[in-house]
Amino acid sequence: MAYPDDLRYSKEHEWVRVEDDDTATIGITSFAADELGDIVFIELPEVGSTLSQFGTFGVVESVKAVSDLYAPISGEVLEVNEALRDTPELLNSDAFAEGWIAKVRLSDAAEMDALMDADAYAAETA
Amino acid sequence: MSVAEPPGRSDPSGRGSAFSGATGGSGLTIVEPLIFDASRRERRAVRFPKPSEAARAAAAGQPELPASARRRGAPRLPEVSELEMLRHFNRLAHLNHAIDIGFYPLGSCTMKYNPKVNEWAARLPGLAESHPLDPAQLSQGSLELMWLLAELLKDISGFDAVSLQPAAGAHGELTGMLMTRAYHRDRGEGEQRTKVLVPDSAHGTNPATATMVGYETVTIRSNERGGIDLGALRGALGPDVAALMITNPSTLGIFEDQIDQVVAAVQEAGAIAYMDGANLNAILGRFRPGEAGFDVMHFNLHKTFSTPHGGGGPGAGPIGVSARLEPYLPAPMPVLAEGDPAEVLANAWALRSTPGARFELDDDRPKSIGKVRSCYGNFGMFVRAYTYIRSNGSQGLRTISEDAVLAANYLRVRLHDAYDLPYDRLSKHEVVFSGRRQKREHGVTTLDIAKAILDHGIHPPTIYFPLIVEEALMVEPTETESLETLDRFVDVMHGIAEQAKTDPDAIRRAPTTTPVGRLDEAAAARRPDLRHTFRDETEASMA
Amino acid sequence: MSYSPHTEADRARMLEAIGISSVEDLFADVPAAVRASDWQVPPPLTEQEARAELARLAGRNRIPEITFLGAGVYRHLVPAVVGEIIGRPEFATAYTPYQPEVSQGTLQSIYEFQSLICELTGMEVATASHYDGATATAEAALMACRLTRRGRVAVSAGVNPDYRRVLETYCSGPGIEVVTVPVGLAEGGNGTTDPGSIANLGDDLACVVAAQPNFYGQLEPMAELADAAHRIGAQLVAVVEPISLALLEPPGAYGADLVAAEGQPLGIPPSFGGPYVGLMAARMGSVRQMPGRLVGATRDAEGRKGYVLTLQAREQHIRREKAASNICTNQALMALAATVYLAAVGPEGLREVAELSVAQTRHLAAALEDAGLAERRFGGSYFAEVTMRVPDAARRHAALAEQGIVAGYLPEQREPELRDTLLLAATELTTDDEIARLVQALGESR
Repeated sequence: MAYPDDLRYSKEHEWVRVEDDDTATIGITSFAADELGDIVFIELPEVGSTLSQFGTFGVVESVKAVSDLYAPISGEVLEVNEALRDTPELLNSDAFAEGWIAKVRLSDAAEMDALMDADAYAAETA
Repeated sequence: MSVAEPPGRSDPSGRGSAFSGATGGSGLTIVEPLIFDASRRERRAVRFPKPSEAARAAAAGQPELPASARRRGAPRLPEVSELEMLRHFNRLAHLNHAIDIGFYPLGSCTMKYNPKVNEWAARLPGLAESHPLDPAQLSQGSLELMWLLAELLKDISGFDAVSLQPAAGAHGELTGMLMTRAYHRDRGEGEQRTKVLVPDSAHGTNPATATMVGYETVTIRSNERGGIDLGALRGALGPDVAALMITNPSTLGIFEDQIDQVVAAVQEAGAIAYMDGANLNAILGRFRPGEAGFDVMHFNLHKTFSTPHGGGGPGAGPIGVSARLEPYLPAPMPVLAEGDPAEVLANAWALRSTPGARFELDDDRPKSIGKVRSCYGNFGMFVRAYTYIRSNGSQGLRTISEDAVLAANYLRVRLHDAYDLPYDRLSKHEVVFSGRRQKREHGVTTLDIAKAILDHGIHPPTIYFPLIVEEALMVEPTETESLETLDRFVDVMHGIAEQAKTDPDAIRRAPTTTPVGRLDEAAAARRPDLRHTFRDETEASMA
Repeated sequence: MSYSPHTEADRARMLEAIGISSVEDLFADVPAAVRASDWQVPPPLTEQEARAELARLAGRNRIPEITFLGAGVYRHLVPAVVGEIIGRPEFATAYTPYQPEVSQGTLQSIYEFQSLICELTGMEVATASHYDGATATAEAALMACRLTRRGRVAVSAGVNPDYRRVLETYCSGPGIEVVTVPVGLAEGGNGTTDPGSIANLGDDLACVVAAQPNFYGQLEPMAELADAAHRIGAQLVAVVEPISLALLEPPGAYGADLVAAEGQPLGIPPSFGGPYVGLMAARMGSVRQMPGRLVGATRDAEGRKGYVLTLQAREQHIRREKAASNICTNQALMALAATVYLAAVGPEGLREVAELSVAQTRHLAAALEDAGLAERRFGGSYFAEVTMRVPDAARRHAALAEQGIVAGYLPEQREPELRDTLLLAATELTTDDEIARLVQALGESR
């Protein structure tokens, strides 16, 4: 399974896309979405709240499973994907684009070093 | 081996409804609208008298209901004739599978026959019309029945005391864990003991209960034989552990053959040994948890003692406890206030009342955790369970477990060629297969297999539980199914395993003979529709 | 009496298939040290013997000839159709509807139940039911704690004392503090909760639990209590009596955030305390914090409408230690009884039951007052139960019980302040003659 090259990945199956110097977008991977099955609900973080790397920041539910969300990087939440409230299925259908979860102001760019690139993540989930 | 093709679903357009009157031509296939759809202004079923003139006149000086507290507009309850509503619910009944209709080997649920004499007893007006707050001298029969049932449950389980109050198994767990905490607090160890150990094969209610009581759950892994890993248990036990909650026989249908060592280790650590009694049906007369050193156990009267499940309740979850936990039992307790217990029991066993015996409710229990339910518990279930225990008697109870275990082991040996058996050991009440072979080799999941079973008029086993078995199929046949029924189930399961190889798509399309096909559960959860929307609400929302 | 279908030949065939010689071998895994010793369980009974035993116990109860006892459990007409339907084995002997394709009867009936409870209460979502009114109340209070992320609960002393005890037990689990809001029980009091007392309860209060009508029959100022709770950021948990909702303002209209109730009056006999059915309703925005089962509508691949258990990720079998509650079962068969009852009586019938219950309670109070036997203890309005001042109440209550007349409930059992009062309930089943006989018997007991 190939994953987008421009993202970084955590062991907890979240991804990060650095947008510019200090902002990034985060989401869950297609692997995570497939494992969960049909996602029916996501508890989004509050705009203005602060995430800390590898800390929990929300919950995602499928019909028969529930999982915590772990922040892949630290930072302040600038925006959340409101579309997920009514159409959480975007997490299944387009995890890396339309299914993004939040935009974050990075507090420590060096944290990216703790994440995997696409090849390493592909090996991790193989 | 092949299984006859189930009949196809009939033409949907031909279905009738209770309200259209068009039942002809569609046989017994039913699509039933909501009761609200039948509502017509001014239709009535039951009517009531009007207040008498005398009543009106006498009450003239009493305060009126203030206008501010009055409801504006009547609730939109359905307005239907008695026959229409009766048909509606009777037709809904036709859409259910049930024990009285066919085989129901739903693991962990003990779907055995619910004898009808129990129902007769529960409906006796002397019991059904008994008000829980009537003065005790008017309720001696109800109190004696509760006292007798508690005595029988004590004897069956080997515990020193029993409370009947919890309304369900999970409610019994909550009661037992609240008592556990009260016990530790009383000994000055309440602050230090913060953890509850739960095996990874446990029901979800165990960890959820621990949380409700403010405990942290620590999961103990199972060993390669499916039992609790004694080394892992000993490693986790310590002065910070409040209790072990263990299901025995386990959810794998396995008796913990080191249970004596498990209990000893827990006691040595100063913790409470809680046994989840969900699977007591397998061990009546063979293992008495109280005698074996457990401190507390809940009974599921709706499993072991055959009270009907009612589509998901009511159940009843009495708990038995050791002497050291007795002071913390919920209040009140039915007690024999006057009379000799041995004499009262001997008389009751001889179907006689004891002159001079007097029962009352003891609410003077200073160390009690309090009440967990209003009144005294699900009394109607006590009537049924008492009738059942008396009907079976000593030998009958032993036969229940022998036949239940015999049936589970019979299915284990008859089916383990067709389905993987991760723990191929002596079974107790149930046996857990895995559909992983069918999934891996043919892309047929356990869900698909369960749906295919539906097309044979059999309720599927419990699936995807316990969590430690991949693609789990948990089969509990119970003691009341004939050998012919068990053999037919074996044939059906073999047929499905065969069809998984030859025509997996057909299994993935199942069921085809049920009133509805597979329902879109994701859509139900994404955009919840949890109540009827009245037409004027729809119009209002569109306006 | 054994319900085993097996002949000895059947057992022999099964043992042979398993490859063992005796049923004893099936229990070889029970360690010798902990095998059961003998028990004293009596020998089996035939059906006629079992009937004789249960008839003996039923006969030891004395069902009062005349009763004015309510106090949370009410004697109403149970229409014959209710028993007919809930006695059907397709409902009674089914399990939880985990396989929706063969459980549409149970599932649709629960959906109808949820719809009816929403309609009665004026709320947006109702659960598939709880054990009883007391546990529904306790679970509603815990839910308010989750919703507000606060850890204190206030309960009016006008809530059924049994419910308050259960609430305290439940709250002791996670360490939630319960404070009691007094009601004016003193002589000359109005027997209701003072909304003015809410403001001082602090800004860390999760909810105020209040009952309408309250345990003493009095009508509470629910809208004012809701406002007072909301002003300090707390929720209002309204504990209601379902038949009263034919006449009384629904909780959804006066600002209740959560509703809990005992559904027993809706077609369920007293049965010495259970099984009953707990009702719980809330606003849709709170649905993911609700405990217990919910049924939702959906469709199959061919577009046919059907019903499923839904939002299950809230529940213990998925969320385990993070679940909103450990509750697993609901009281499906009792919820069905309530559903059938509400369909059988309809809006007119429910209004008739409520009006007649109120009228007979007023008749009762007036008759006792006119005979100079009792006075109403409280000012204000009552509903279908009334607290009356009766000199020497405990002795006279016991004396009447000996005659098979239950003169209501003795509040002093739990509330010393209400010494020498009786809490009397009438329903549509109470006749004018019964009221006359109570007046006579109470008069003779002086």
